[in-house]
Amino acid sequence: MNNMHLLTDITATDIVQEPIRKGFGRGLKTIGDANEAVVAACADLTDSTQMSLFKEAHPERFIEIGVAEQNLVTVGSGLAAMGKIPFVSSYAAFMPGRCWEQIRTTICLNDRPVKLVGSHAGVSVGPDGATHQMLEDIALMRVLPNMVVLAPGDSLEAEKATVAMAADRRPNYIRLAREATPVFTTAETPFEIGKAYVYTPGEDITIIATGTMTYQAMVAAEKLYKDGVDAEVIHCPTIKPLDAETILHSVRRTKRVITVEEGQAAGGLGGAVAELLADKFPARMHRIGMQDRFGESGNPNELLEKFGLTAKHIQLAVHAMLEESK
Amino acid sequence: MVTKLSLDALEKKANDIREDIIRMLEEAGSGHSAGPLGLADIVTALYFNVMDYDPKNPDWPERDIFLMSNGHCVPVQYAAMAHAGFFDRKELMTLRKYGSRLQGHPERTKLSGLENTSGPLGCGLSQACGMALAMRMDHVERKRWIYVVMGDGEQDEGNVWEAAMLAGKYKLSNIIAITDRNNIQIDGPTEEIMPLEDLKAKWEAFGWHVIEIDGNNIESVIDACSMAKAIENKPVMLIAHTVPGKGVEFMEYDFTWHGKPPNREEAKKALHELRTLGGKIRGEHE
Ligand SMILES: [Mg+2]
Repeated sequence: MNNMHLLTDITATDIVQEPIRKGFGRGLKTIGDANEAVVAACADLTDSTQMSLFKEAHPERFIEIGVAEQNLVTVGSGLAAMGKIPFVSSYAAFMPGRCWEQIRTTICLNDRPVKLVGSHAGVSVGPDGATHQMLEDIALMRVLPNMVVLAPGDSLEAEKATVAMAADRRPNYIRLAREATPVFTTAETPFEIGKAYVYTPGEDITIIATGTMTYQAMVAAEKLYKDGVDAEVIHCPTIKPLDAETILHSVRRTKRVITVEEGQAAGGLGGAVAELLADKFPARMHRIGMQDRFGESGNPNELLEKFGLTAKHIQLAVHAMLEESK
Repeated sequence: MVTKLSLDALEKKANDIREDIIRMLEEAGSGHSAGPLGLADIVTALYFNVMDYDPKNPDWPERDIFLMSNGHCVPVQYAAMAHAGFFDRKELMTLRKYGSRLQGHPERTKLSGLENTSGPLGCGLSQACGMALAMRMDHVERKRWIYVVMGDGEQDEGNVWEAAMLAGKYKLSNIIAITDRNNIQIDGPTEEIMPLEDLKAKWEAFGWHVIEIDGNNIESVIDACSMAKAIENKPVMLIAHTVPGKGVEFMEYDFTWHGKPPNREEAKKALHELRTLGGKIRGEHE
């Protein structure tokens, strides 16, 4: 497609689908094999969060904490104090959901590079329902000084992000999803913490997406192209620190922005971009995401449809925004 | 490395530290009085006899670790650190002031020699667990010791018991935790606010070896730490019975002194009492 080395045909029916969390599991195993300082701890969800690969390879460096997320992150702080690179995982609803103050005091203020891994984020968790569909994690983590916030777009990128986290000396939070989603990047697709990437260049409007929603935005851009609209898609896997340069470079040209994320638009990627633009370049903006409400049980596709988190909804939102300015 | 003091010298050191606590708190105009005074004997025993560390090289890789989990008692730690040579005693008077390294609650990144940032309660033991597990992986488990001072009111926090369970499970025997059992917390006596007893049985049920001591008797603190090191397959909890406000009669046992500093008059009275050991001797500076 361009120098991003994405798959040429992202809507091919035989595109490989894989849960983003699987990429994390592979990345952790890889970096664990390479670096003895990498350790892992989990709160009774070792298979679900895909830490099992690491655990099997390095049982002496794996700690089972039990169902105790406050302890999980604070033990992580202690491990990091002794020079370890601790990855700690649970479902995002419980970590960071259950233990925000411990993360604030013992990791962020204490400046210990703990790697927080929140799996099963977003409504695409599906049947488990609203209690387990974490929507506020990005907002909770991005307000913390020192914290880096990541939401990779597919399993390959999650793998690269995990390796990059181990080398980063700040506290990090990475958001993972449960359901299989298309793998549309390749081994050559660039990833660096702090960078956003123009996946589809365009002139008419800027779509900024993160996590599972980037694929939907890419599909929307293809549909829009057929509609005669030249949309630019920026993939933003690092929500904090936000790549202001890439975003502003785009919005200064298009003057219109739509953000897309599988979480609360308030305080999430939408909030982060709105803050940036309010400060630097006020532009017409629309935030696609969860609109101040919780999810519910259902299959992932039913829920994404209900909450307006599909390529079709992005396509319609773009048309609506362009219509306003006619 | 710091020189280990004899019992007589330790008792005098604890008294000097109490005097500094009073001066610091009076100068700061805010802070906690009862806890730091009650802990002075324990912290003195640790810093001047029990622990191995080097104030001139705070990151010495073989050092023992001191974690003050109840961060509001940090004035006693600051005073001990100054006496041990981590920084000049004059700096104690900057406690809680703008630009000071001595933050109201301890901040590791501000002052070298601190091992953790604390204040919100219930986290020190979890951090100790992480440190102990890392030491086990590095095969230095029985060579370095982690001392965690905790409040009794702090044990209302669920996080404490999550850590207690983990330390019991992994038999983290290089953790020596010390509960400052002074029976008070901000709102009143612990047994009224949220009963903790039977505290010994609780810790034992979580897989800990428990030793009850008089926390205002330096010799018994030192002896208990030696005993704790001999326990090879369990973490150890010292339930240290202390007198809140110890050494200053009008503060002793009075929970209203938990969270306030002495004013000028009260500080003068307290210092007089400390210098004369409650009227038993004539103060050097009187
Ligand atoms: Mg107390």
